[in-house]
Amino acid sequence: MSTKTIAEMKAAHRLLATHHYERSPVDKGYTGKTLYVNVGTRTIEERPVTDDMKAKFTGGRGFGLWLLWHAVKDSTRWDSEENEVVISPGPLSGITQYPGSGKSLVVSISPTTDQVIDSNVGGYFGPYLKFSGFDGIELQGKADQDVIIVIDGQTGLVTLESAPLEPADTHRLADVLTHMYAADEKDLRNVSVVSAGSGADHALVGCLNFSLWDVRRKGVRIKQAGRGGTGTVLRNKRIKALVVRSPQVHGDDNHPVDLEQIQNTGRTLHREIFQNDASMERMRMRGTPHLVEVMNAFDLLPVNNFQYGNHPDAKKISSDVWVKWFHQGIPDGCWYGCTLACAKTVEEFELSTGPYKGERVRVDGPEYETAAGVGSNCGIFDPRAILELNFYCDTYGIDTISWGTLTAFVMECYERGIITTEQTGGLKLAFGNADAALELLHQVSRGEGFGRIAGMGVHKMKEYFVEHYGADAAFLDDIGMENKGLEYSQYVSKESLAQQGGFALTNKGPQHDEAWLIFMDMVNKQIPSFDDKAEALYYFPLWRTWFGLNGLCKLPWNDIEPIDNKKKHPPKEAAKVPEHVDNYVRLFNSMTGRTITKEEVILQSKRAYDFQRVFNIRLGKGLRRFDAQPYRAAGPVTVEEYESRAERYDTQLRDEVGIAPEGMSTADKITALRTYREGRYEKLMDAVYERRGWTRNAVPKLETLQMLGIDYPEVVEVVKRHL
Amino acid sequence: MKYVKPHPEKCRFVQECMRACAQKTQKSDDISLSSILVTHADDGTVDINVCNQCGVCIDICPVTAISRTKAGTVVINKNLCVGCYACVEYCPTGSMRTHASRLAPFKCIACGACVEACPAGALELVDGEFELSYLEQNQAGETGDTFAKNYF
Ligand code: SF4
Ligand code: SF4
Repeated sequence: MSTKTIAEMKAAHRLLATHHYERSPVDKGYTGKTLYVNVGTRTIEERPVTDDMKAKFTGGRGFGLWLLWHAVKDSTRWDSEENEVVISPGPLSGITQYPGSGKSLVVSISPTTDQVIDSNVGGYFGPYLKFSGFDGIELQGKADQDVIIVIDGQTGLVTLESAPLEPADTHRLADVLTHMYAADEKDLRNVSVVSAGSGADHALVGCLNFSLWDVRRKGVRIKQAGRGGTGTVLRNKRIKALVVRSPQVHGDDNHPVDLEQIQNTGRTLHREIFQNDASMERMRMRGTPHLVEVMNAFDLLPVNNFQYGNHPDAKKISSDVWVKWFHQGIPDGCWYGCTLACAKTVEEFELSTGPYKGERVRVDGPEYETAAGVGSNCGIFDPRAILELNFYCDTYGIDTISWGTLTAFVMECYERGIITTEQTGGLKLAFGNADAALELLHQVSRGEGFGRIAGMGVHKMKEYFVEHYGADAAFLDDIGMENKGLEYSQYVSKESLAQQGGFALTNKGPQHDEAWLIFMDMVNKQIPSFDDKAEALYYFPLWRTWFGLNGLCKLPWNDIEPIDNKKKHPPKEAAKVPEHVDNYVRLFNSMTGRTITKEEVILQSKRAYDFQRVFNIRLGKGLRRFDAQPYRAAGPVTVEEYESRAERYDTQLRDEVGIAPEGMSTADKITALRTYREGRYEKLMDAVYERRGWTRNAVPKLETLQMLGIDYPEVVEVVKRHL
Repeated sequence: MKYVKPHPEKCRFVQECMRACAQKTQKSDDISLSSILVTHADDGTVDINVCNQCGVCIDICPVTAISRTKAGTVVINKNLCVGCYACVEYCPTGSMRTHASRLAPFKCIACGACVEACPAGALELVDGEFELSYLEQNQAGETGDTFAKNYF
């Protein structure tokens, strides 16, 4: 392979637009400006952040929603000129003292859901963007050639440059651009790159990789804004990458009103992690894959397209295996000061397939979602195959969660004869066939074969299979694990009604970052009634939304706890981790000088949350019918599934439904259970919408919008059509 | 490597060491800027807390702002420090110091100013292996820098 030097690549750039700016100092967590770049018209502008934006939308995902709302039309689709990718860090992002405070939020209209998507991601880009002078960046328009955008916060210069020669795949591209724009060796740490990859050119499930320079491993590491195809949107605009070069970071760059409070709050959590992590989740050593064995033990680990919840081979991909693969002994935070440090890597992994076969690479991960998604859910229990899939998904710019779930769907269709080697072009996509799974992925990168069809995601594949292969639409709807067009993340929700709501009664689609209620509901039985579940589905999604408004990570909230949390508080309170809630309120007030309470936290989230709901309605979605779930998320679809847990289901029929299962055929039992469970889900919807101040059709009521102060005329206009 | 070894039983609690340290390392008369901390409990016992140069913090720092000099002393590069305070809370002996007027933590650099200043001979500048008090309890036989690896 002929490789160009960095100097040759740089020499081939043409400057398409430049913008000099005076770097606004950050004040109380905000710079007061956003950056607007239209790659089609080659416009670069600074735009003010208004007080209303801060008061109503806080930052991060809230800013993303607000900016996107004003950028698009009702008819905008993911590939329209006016669709944007908005990246915004949030007012608490860039705090170095409190673990988990360096996230960026990406907002766009998604190619797989055709409505608003938001994704929370680590890496240094967001904080660096802020320290370079901007509370967010809007990317609009479509370029006529491959371009990059460079934000140099050290000199106050934004450039739009053509970038014809750089490699497309992230593990190469991010490395090249980091070296290209760092002034010298010492400056490498100040550069962060956002990029997708060759797969995002051909699939709708493209992700964005956010880089960080690892000072110890002396190389680039990446974290993913995975969900909903934002990488695909970036590539559709022919943006190859964003590069930011930040001034050297110091502990007070956000200029909070009370730094000492932030430092002290941060120190408390460092100490908690130091003292308790080893006896709690051991995140520092294992990252998130310890969930493999936990989920397997509770019948929640997706196996073979969510048909089953555990597998004897799960031990081959459990955390004691990953601990050995992971490179230990380095503070693996995805932002400075995260002592929970879950961002593990595997070093010197030798690739055995694909275009980089034989190369020894760094694999960022796997995280739990990846291990379960491209692993157990596809019947793959070989750590090497999982690492290979993890690496290639990332470098190609493909979301591992969607990829795992869509591959699992394809495999089930293959096993059931809905598709055959005739459609797959010879790929024997049976569960457990890692070679075929990898080849499917490489096809996406090359834009070839069945990979292109798979890359559309489950929702569009279902339509395609019905139209072209004559598949049974109802059956595909039952087993295709998507809702709103987003693939499910990797937890079996069949036995937890609350979690079914946590997945499907969402704004963006089934993603565990909104609510994770399975233990509370199914294991600990703390929220038995519909009202209890509705309350949990009010509080937790809003609480978790707040992380995204502020640029925070969810994990240091409840993957580490004060040692006496469960003793000190009754179970339902303990689940909120009250001391940590207090920490966050203190952080916010110490940063901004405001005096919010923990109740106001929930209202801040609700403004953004309900606004997002209205936004979806504006785009022709967002109503009750779009909250319907595939039946596999709620119960056994097939005879095999039912019979594999017959005792559980029979007992439920007898005790909960009031039907004696004896003498019934499995098919009849499935139907009876289904009728019961679907009825309960409808009731859950009613209860949740009611609690959220929405109509039965999931439309936020006028009085709700008024109470929240987001009753802008254009917002009211949208809901009025449905009241 | 050099480190300051305290003998609290000899201490007369005049805090001359703290004055000397703040003066020498921070050019300040404010003893809360001292890297050596002498405290006095109600029961009359004195505690002298000072870094033993074990080096756990070197591996904890996310930005490699902490390193060991050729002489073996553990030092912080203020320009690289991002002020996360991970080193402060992960220090096995609690010997990292902070102050509202400083973004970066600070610590003993084993310069010996306190040893010279102590009128009671309660401090000694030792050249050799540091004491593995904390480490012995947890990971007998490991040196500081490798011990840190077990923190993960
Ligand atoms: S807990 Fe993990 S994901 Fe969250 S900020 Fe820390 S390293 Fe990043
Ligand atoms: S406070 Fe400074 S020296 Fe200490 S760990 Fe953080 S960055 Fe490193």
